[in-house]
Amino acid sequence: MLYSEKVMDHFRNPRNVGFLEDANGVGEVGNAKCGDIMKIYLKIEDDMVKDVKFETFGCGSAIASSSMATELIKGKPLSEVLTLTNKAVVEALDGLPAAKVHCSVLAEGAIKAAVKDYYERAGIEYDKTLFENCHSCDHCCNG
Amino acid sequence: MAIYADNAATTRMSDTAVKAMLPYMQEVFGNPSSLHTAGQTAKEALNSARETVASCLGAEAKEIIFTSGGSEADNQAILTATAIGARKGKKHIISTAFEHHAVLHTLQKLEKQGFEVTYLDVHENGLVTAQEVSDAIREDTCLVTIMYANNEIGTIQPIAEIGAICKEKGVLFHTDAVQAVGHLHIDVKAQNIDMLSLSGHKFHGPKGVGALYVRKGILLMSLIEGGAQERGKRAGTENIPAIMGMAAAMKEACDHLEENHKYVSHLRDTLIGELSKIPHCALNGAKEPRLPGNVNFCFEGIEGESLLLLLDDLGICASSGSACTSGSLDPSHVLLAIGRPHEVAHGSLRLSLCEENTMDEVMEMAKGVADVVALLRRMSPVWRDLQEGKRNYVIQ
Repeated sequence: MLYSEKVMDHFRNPRNVGFLEDANGVGEVGNAKCGDIMKIYLKIEDDMVKDVKFETFGCGSAIASSSMATELIKGKPLSEVLTLTNKAVVEALDGLPAAKVHCSVLAEGAIKAAVKDYYERAGIEYDKTLFENCHSCDHCCNG
Repeated sequence: MAIYADNAATTRMSDTAVKAMLPYMQEVFGNPSSLHTAGQTAKEALNSARETVASCLGAEAKEIIFTSGGSEADNQAILTATAIGARKGKKHIISTAFEHHAVLHTLQKLEKQGFEVTYLDVHENGLVTAQEVSDAIREDTCLVTIMYANNEIGTIQPIAEIGAICKEKGVLFHTDAVQAVGHLHIDVKAQNIDMLSLSGHKFHGPKGVGALYVRKGILLMSLIEGGAQERGKRAGTENIPAIMGMAAAMKEACDHLEENHKYVSHLRDTLIGELSKIPHCALNGAKEPRLPGNVNFCFEGIEGESLLLLLDDLGICASSGSACTSGSLDPSHVLLAIGRPHEVAHGSLRLSLCEENTMDEVMEMAKGVADVVALLRRMSPVWRDLQEGKRNYVIQ
């Protein structure tokens, strides 16, 4: 099979899929032209991820990466959320095919974009170097 | 029970094809190049298979070369025609933007060697016109290579008209008929086809075998050097079991062509009708003229690979032109060639039917696709944006 059982489980039964009416941090990365868009909705209270939902347009591994990434940050303090790496998502999914690793990069990027949005909305000072990497996939598309 | 709807990728071998192959593995196993009885018996079988394949195309046996499949036949035809052209200083080729990669990549290689290729626009309907071919022909045109029917969207090109124009203008005409043979009536003489490629596994024959029809008088260039098999044009001991299986499958397909065409077209039209009920979807390519088994849709707001995986969970085998399924970053070149934007091309689905499919399966697939599309749309941020008016629908 193309994917691990873990990937297929998170693809078939995605956790935290949906929309958060009262989200106070929203991040969207990707590009429909490339075939992947991830959107993360965060409800942050007392510096903790009280709730998280995602919406994803993309392949099986994009949906599974979103699902796993939301599981990894749910209930966690923001300090911990910001240390989430795409590698941790890949490991938690028991691996992704090489051509699909970018899906985990998108998941990391969407979560960071949502946290950044939360900081900006709430007027909280933050370390901008944490968000320097561009996680849009424009660079991989032919214009 | 799984529903197999990926017959454009490959077909299940028929009992006829399997039975035709078996004696040539252990009973008649001789090398057709050997002089002894065992070898000559194999040679007679090979000749009879050549007669069968030729008669299905309206060709003569000596105009048929067996190959390893459609890709090899495409390569050999194009490289032959361009070598002939180059000797006369003719280095211009006419083709289309949505050919199979066996043709496109061969043409790209020739472009690097100094040939110029005109890729005709296939328009939104997936069809070229004979007039466009005629207008593109120049003094230095050595080859027109246009597929008989497209492998992804199933549109059938005006082959006889193109053949007539090429004959009139003295330009060689090759057609990749891999998707057409066994499904459409072909007569290479009446249609003025100079070279035609076909593949055994697209009409319930075995994989790894195909053929190239080359009109007599065209000196074929060999790709594989070695022994004198296939009149010295394709070295290597012939794959007799596969050739026998292909010939038997081809005869069966041609003998039942009309009834199969009628039955499968009815399934196709029913499936197209049912899938058209899904909001914001569109059939890719003209509804007619179209291969009897081809159904290809784009669904807005979803991506094809996830669609395929969830359909597979329902036991439905299909294919898609999304980038994730093509192994590249771009979606199908065929869908881009008919003007589908990237974001819509990623959400494509091809269901290719054959005479083994049933109306019950068609109805089950229609329901399965509708359910999976709705499920994926519910988790798609693109779909939400479309619904909320933040993004414009490409497909109304």
